[in-house]
Amino acid sequence: MAPTDDPQVSAVEELTEPTGDAAAMAVAPELMAQTLGEYVRAWVAKVRGGDAGALPVIAGLIIISVLFQSLNSKFLTAGNLVNLLIQSAVYMLLAMSEVYVLLLGEIDLSSGFVAGLGGVVMAELMKQGTDWPWWLAVVAGLLVTAAIGALHGTLITRIGLPSFVVTLAGLLGWQGVMLLVLGQGGVVPIGDKVINNITSGQLSVTASWIVMLAIVAVYCARAWLRDSRRRGSGLVAPPVSLTVLRMVGALVAGVVVVLICNTDRGINTPIKGLPWVVLLVLAVLAAWTFLLGRTTFGRYVYAIGGNPEAARRAGVSLPRIRTLCFALASFTAGIAGIVYASRLRSVSTSIDGGTLVLYAVAAAVIGGTSLFGGRGKAANAVLGGLVIGAIDNGMGLQGYSAYVRFIVTALVLLAAVTIDALTRRGRTAR
Amino acid sequence: MAATAATPLLRLEKITKSFGPVQALIDVDLDVPVGQVTALVGDNGAGKSTLIKAIAGIYPADGGRILWAGRPVHIRHPRDAAALGIETVYQDLALADNLDIVQNMFLGREVTRHWALDEEDMERKARDTLASLRVTTVRSIRQPVASLSGGQRQSVAIAKAVLWNSKLVIMDEPTAALGVAQTRNVLDLVRRLADQGLAVLMVSHNMNDVFEVSDRVAVMFLGRMAACRPASELDVATVVDIMTTGTSTRLNNEGDRGAN
Repeated sequence: MAPTDDPQVSAVEELTEPTGDAAAMAVAPELMAQTLGEYVRAWVAKVRGGDAGALPVIAGLIIISVLFQSLNSKFLTAGNLVNLLIQSAVYMLLAMSEVYVLLLGEIDLSSGFVAGLGGVVMAELMKQGTDWPWWLAVVAGLLVTAAIGALHGTLITRIGLPSFVVTLAGLLGWQGVMLLVLGQGGVVPIGDKVINNITSGQLSVTASWIVMLAIVAVYCARAWLRDSRRRGSGLVAPPVSLTVLRMVGALVAGVVVVLICNTDRGINTPIKGLPWVVLLVLAVLAAWTFLLGRTTFGRYVYAIGGNPEAARRAGVSLPRIRTLCFALASFTAGIAGIVYASRLRSVSTSIDGGTLVLYAVAAAVIGGTSLFGGRGKAANAVLGGLVIGAIDNGMGLQGYSAYVRFIVTALVLLAAVTIDALTRRGRTAR
Repeated sequence: MAATAATPLLRLEKITKSFGPVQALIDVDLDVPVGQVTALVGDNGAGKSTLIKAIAGIYPADGGRILWAGRPVHIRHPRDAAALGIETVYQDLALADNLDIVQNMFLGREVTRHWALDEEDMERKARDTLASLRVTTVRSIRQPVASLSGGQRQSVAIAKAVLWNSKLVIMDEPTAALGVAQTRNVLDLVRRLADQGLAVLMVSHNMNDVFEVSDRVAVMFLGRMAACRPASELDVATVVDIMTTGTSTRLNNEGDRGAN
C-alpha cells in the first residue's frame, strides 16, 4: 500500500521524459484529447495498457448472443430478449448491491439470502390475515434488509471481524431465519397486483416511447450542460463531437430497447411495452451512480478502497462509511428480493440465496468491478448482470441441466477475475 | 530575515515526550520561522519523527510549551494542528492510487454544492495551486495518482498540504526513494514554498539535500536538540559530527537558538 517507488524505476522514468504512453494508458482518454481522433487513439492506448473498461463485457455479450443465436434461433427474438431483461433484473440489482462492498475491498456473501428474507418479510406482511398495503410491506422489507446490513457492517467495523466470515455466517443464519419465518415447506403466494406487475406488467406502447425519450432527454441535457460548462471554464473536458456521440448513443440504445419491448411478444393475447422492472433497475442505477460518483460519501468509498490509510488521515470516518456501505448493499439486495418474489409471484423455502450471491459477485466482477477495491461502478454491475442473465437464459433455452450452467458461469467468473487481476498488475507495475 | 526570526511562526520550548521508560524528547527547543526552510536532521532514533508528530498532534508532547506566532497553543490532536495551519506530508504520502489528482488533493475537504460534489470548483482550485507551485510535469490533473512518477506523487502530496492556506508545512523525508532529477524537482518545490512565505520544516537524512535548500539546520542527538543554526554556519562534516556524537570540535559554541 505504501507508494514508495522503487528508486531505480523512478530514476529511469525521469531520465526518459514522460513521453506519454506510460502516463496516457491509465488516463481516461476524454481527459487528454481535444479532438475525436485523439480520443480514439488515447482510448486504444488505454485498452492496450490493460484498462479495457466495459469492452470485455460488451464483447462478451456479442459473443454470447452470436453463440446462442446459432444454437437456437429463438434467442434473439423480442419475446426472449424482454424475458432475458426481466430475468437479469435480479442479477443486476444484486450485483449493484455487491458493488458497494467490493469497492471497499470487502465481500458480502449473505446478499442472496438477505434478498430472500426481504421478499419473505414483504410477502408475510401482505398475505391474508396481515393484509398490509403493498407499499408498507415493501418499506418494511427494505428496512429489515438495511438493518441486517447495518448489523453486518457494525460487526465488521467495530469488532474488526473479516467481512468474509461475518457474511458467511449471514448466508447461513439468514437462510435459517427465512426458513423459520416461512415454516416447514412454506410457500407464501403474492396476490397483490402492484407487486406482481413489477415484473409481469408493462407500460403501454405510447408510454414506453414517452418515458424512454424523457430519460434520454434528461441524460443528454445533463451531459451537454456539464461538458459545455467545463469547456467554457477551461477545465479538462471532452471534445464536443464526443459529447454528441454519447448523446446519440444513448438515444440509439433507448430506441432499440423500446422497439424490442414494443414488439408483440404475447402467445395468445398481445403483450407489448416496456416492463416496469426495467424502469426500476434504471432508477436504482441512476440513484447509486449519483451517490457513488457525485457525493462525498461516494468519494470516500472509493478512497477507502484505494488507500484506507489515506482516507483515515483525511479525516474520513472509516467505520461509518463502511457500515453505511454494508447497509446500502443489503438494502439493494432487498430490492432484488422484492423483484425476485414478484417474478415467482410467491416466496418459498426453495429460494437459493447461495447461487444468487455467487451470480451477483460474478456479475459485478464481469462488469468490471475490482475484487481488490476502489474500482467499479453501478453501471458495471448492470452490464455484468446482463451477461449472467444471458448465459442463464441461453442455456435454459437449450435445455441444459443445472450442472452445465454452473460450470459455464464459473468459467466466465474465473475469466473475469483473471482480467481484473491482470489489469491490476498492469497498473501497479508502472 | 532578522524580522521574522524575532517572532518565529512556531517556537518549541523545552518539549519533552516519553514512551514508558524511554525518553524520546528531552527539553527540545526549536524555532521555525516563516519564509525559511528549516531542516531537521539526526541519526535514526534521535527523535526527529517524534518531534514532528508532536507538532502534528499525533503524539502530543508531555511537557514544554508550543508558541504559535508568539501565542502559547496546545496541540493535542491532528485537528488542532490543522486548525492552526500546520500540514504534514508523511513519507508514505497517503494518496489513494485510484483517485485522480484533484480528488486526492481535496480528499476529506470536498467542496459541495446542492449536496453534490462541485468538481469544477475543486478542479480550478487544484489547478491554480499546482500552477502556483509550478508543478507542470503532470499531463492532466484528472489522471489517477497511480499513473504518476514518484516525484510527481510527492509534488501532489505537497500541493495537497499547501492547498489549505497552511502556514507551516512539515515534510518527512520528501526525497527518499526519488531519483536524481525527481529529487531536483521536489527540492525546487520545497524552496518555492518557503519563498512564497510559508514556514517549512523538513526532516531529511540526505546532507546534500539539506544544504541545498535549507536556511537553518536543526540537529538532534538522542532526543535532545544538539544544535540549531543557520545553514551558512555549518557544513556537512560538522553536522555529521553532531549527529553521531552530539557535538563537534568544529562548532564555535555560541547559543544554539537560531542566531540569524
